[in-house]
Amino acid sequence: MTTQRLYKPRISVLWWLSRRSYTLFVLRELSSLFVGWAVVYLLLLIRAVAGGPVAYQRFLHWSASPWAIVLNVVTAAFLLYHTVTFINLTPQAMVVQVRGRRVPPRLLLGPLYLAWLVVSAVLVWLVVG
Amino acid sequence: MPEEITLQVARYRPEQEDRPTFDEYKVPLRKDWAVLDGLNYIKDELDGTLSYRWSCRMGICGSCGARVNGEPKLTCGTFLTDYAPGPVRIEPLANFPIIRDLVVDLTDFLVKLGAVQPWLIRDEDKPVEEGEYLQTPAELDEYKQFSMCINCMLCYSACPVYGLDDKFLGPAAIALAQRYNLDSRDEGADRRLTVLSQPEGVWGCTFVGECSRACPKGVDPAGAIQRYKLTAATAAVKKLLMPWGQR
Amino acid sequence: MSAIHDVVIVGGGAAGLRAAIAVAEADPRLSVAIVSKVYPMRSHTVSAEGGAAGVIGADDTIEEHIYDTISGGDWLCDQDAVEAFITEAPRELLRLEHWGCPWSREPDGHIAVRPFGGMKKMRTWFAADKTGFHLLHTLFQTSLKYPSVMRYDEWHVTRLLVDDGRVCGVVALELMSGRVEAIYGKAVILATGGCGRVFPFTTNAAIKTGDGMALAYHAGAPLKDMEFVQYHPTGLPFTGILITEAARAEGGWMLNKDGYRYLQDYNLGTPSPGPVLRSMELGPRDRLSQAFVKEQEKGRTIDTPYGPVVHLDLRHLGEKLIDTKLPFVRELCHKYQNIDPVHELVPVRPVVHYMMGGVHTDINGATALTGLYAAGETACVSINGANRLGSNSLPECLVFGARAGTAAAAYAGAAAPAGPAVEAQAADEQRRLEADLRGRGGRERIATIRTEMQTTIEGAAGIYRDGDTLAKAADKLRELRERAAVAALDDASRTFNTELTTALELTGMIDLAEAIVHSALRREESRGAHQRTDFPARDDERFLAHSLVYREADGTPRVEHRPVTITRWPPGERVYGR
Repeated sequence: MTTQRLYKPRISVLWWLSRRSYTLFVLRELSSLFVGWAVVYLLLLIRAVAGGPVAYQRFLHWSASPWAIVLNVVTAAFLLYHTVTFINLTPQAMVVQVRGRRVPPRLLLGPLYLAWLVVSAVLVWLVVG
Repeated sequence: MPEEITLQVARYRPEQEDRPTFDEYKVPLRKDWAVLDGLNYIKDELDGTLSYRWSCRMGICGSCGARVNGEPKLTCGTFLTDYAPGPVRIEPLANFPIIRDLVVDLTDFLVKLGAVQPWLIRDEDKPVEEGEYLQTPAELDEYKQFSMCINCMLCYSACPVYGLDDKFLGPAAIALAQRYNLDSRDEGADRRLTVLSQPEGVWGCTFVGECSRACPKGVDPAGAIQRYKLTAATAAVKKLLMPWGQR
Repeated sequence: MSAIHDVVIVGGGAAGLRAAIAVAEADPRLSVAIVSKVYPMRSHTVSAEGGAAGVIGADDTIEEHIYDTISGGDWLCDQDAVEAFITEAPRELLRLEHWGCPWSREPDGHIAVRPFGGMKKMRTWFAADKTGFHLLHTLFQTSLKYPSVMRYDEWHVTRLLVDDGRVCGVVALELMSGRVEAIYGKAVILATGGCGRVFPFTTNAAIKTGDGMALAYHAGAPLKDMEFVQYHPTGLPFTGILITEAARAEGGWMLNKDGYRYLQDYNLGTPSPGPVLRSMELGPRDRLSQAFVKEQEKGRTIDTPYGPVVHLDLRHLGEKLIDTKLPFVRELCHKYQNIDPVHELVPVRPVVHYMMGGVHTDINGATALTGLYAAGETACVSINGANRLGSNSLPECLVFGARAGTAAAAYAGAAAPAGPAVEAQAADEQRRLEADLRGRGGRERIATIRTEMQTTIEGAAGIYRDGDTLAKAADKLRELRERAAVAALDDASRTFNTELTTALELTGMIDLAEAIVHSALRREESRGAHQRTDFPARDDERFLAHSLVYREADGTPRVEHRPVTITRWPPGERVYGR
């Protein structure tokens, strides 16, 4: 008798450019790749150190190449972004109770950032000091 | 303040056209008018063929969701003066099939809502004669927020995951499942686990967080979903370690 | 094409859903259909704010709630019905609790109650100030667990199928597809709510066009006490959005333009800082709305672009109480009035809120037509008499929804299926709608006629009425009925044609407006919400009686009266504040 003609909208491949928040989200997802690269780089460093002074010098030399520097600077930026977004989202995902009362989400952020700073400071002290 | 404002309203007339188009209407720009008042003015005075849903005009029935300049909004609670001098673009909610004009098909949500068993489940029902189940105000607060969902579907419109894959259970359905899971009177969390912990359940969510920003009632479905991921993960680990211990 | 069920329920609000669950629990083999023009969770129950009355406190008794209800209704309530209602209300509210309704609680976990207008004890259960919303969603979500309940979401019922005085189904239009189908049921329950949209200024949602009342009226069932229209004293100007009575129950004051608590001038008691039960701001709604009109006549209201207002003062309650007990009030004031009740006065004026009248039913929801039941605001049992008390309507939906469901289930279990005569009726109705779905040339817009109807009835059947104005309105409405039949339909689409449904709603509303006006014209007395300036006194001699209005074949209403059932509470004076 009748035929229903629903219109099914299609999502464009570039949907994530349509809103700033979507773009930031996709960049956040993308940052995982750089987290992965940071781990690989660390493993390469360990292998170089284990391989003796020559291997280590070769690694340093390779790391000083322009494209490696660019890659690592970008990686550092993404790691920073990754960490900040991760910490900011934590209160939404975790409910912390203290003496039967829910800790306001904003209050959770303080300790997380503090912990991050402390760990970073310790690492800096280990490397520099 | 100008006297009029232009509304660019998405039209889809399935008997006449293959894809949505826009019609422009000039409506009076009045201080108290919501976008919905503008649509009603069109319907009553200019063009009786425009179709859209509305009912309570006080932000509680959840009928009148649409995208206003791209943002999912309740049209009864979004005011024209905030968009002056215009024009204002009004489109149906994203991510749903369009039936006509601003009316989208919600069948999919109704199916998913039923699937999460959004009702109180007890191992054993207490007879009504024995009075109420006790629940302290603090226990009420545990789930109250998630019981505020008006099913307006703005969160589905904001969710790119649902847009890319409509098998995803989606924000409201999961939040409503959590509403019962967190209710101190409920004992049905195990039964809801199967639906919620499947790949199209909570694990489909990548925590874009737009659903919580779109929600007009402060429900925070994104929070509900992340919290449930922890629950589901714990349950999975328990099952792995103690396969005999499962109910 | 057609569908066959045992019980067909029209409307998916509190009464309809409660009825559906009652049928499913009475006999899971019975097939139940909920046919609603909106998704059930959009139903207007969702907008109820303040609460639901049910005796629960140790200091309270069934007897007292009965007396409050009967005196509040100015002795027009059927007392056997009130007794059944109030006895069963607490149990129904507890059942809702067992289904998960998030009732507000005392610190020890027990149900909390609040005061309410016209009630001598605290007995109003509440879920903050979104009681209706929570109640509706709890019922809807609970209804999903019954496999025998099938839903027809967004199907607009246009006619009852009647076989020799017996109702055996409906014809409905599926909005999405434009499909017109007969949905047969051995029993039909009407639960479509009231018809506040007959009036221009109302708290009621757009969907409250009295469809069920009009369907029953058209099919030959009488409507009862239609002249009793409740004005709620506190609506926001322009939108008509309701500011719940709970705002006054929590201690809000009504102030005139001089900042004076004017209710003390209207035999409602003397002011004290905190709320006093059955006194001042906690008087009944009819008396408060009438007091507003008197204040207006004395020039003590405040003029605004949207008519005169008085002020509701909540400032002394403090932010904490407002945020825990009245958060929605704050949200609504902020959004729609751009004020914060914590610091500012809320402008309010009386607004059409509720129909005490409706389809005449007995205590089990059965109407005058075999197989047809009604419950909720659609029905008039009658427990509300000439004025409903706030927080009695939600439990009414539950108690009489359940009663109608149980009665319909018992009837349907034994009834024979529909005879062949109704197929012809269904075919006729299909043809009529098919023609309208192709559009209709005409001179007038639907909105023009609707506005004229609304202005007419507001002018004639407002808070105060008189014979001359009512008689003129009756003539005008007859004219509008004829004009509505030939109004233009621009929309010739089968898909979600809301212009057609608007036209269908309008013809029903004009019928109901006529029923209201004719009933009001014939009641030559003043009682409760029906105040005649030409007959200012209550007249128990002639009018301790219900109005029954029937629709004649040519569409004109015929009014009869039938005695009120008085059991133990003889008519007396309504005393408040003393």
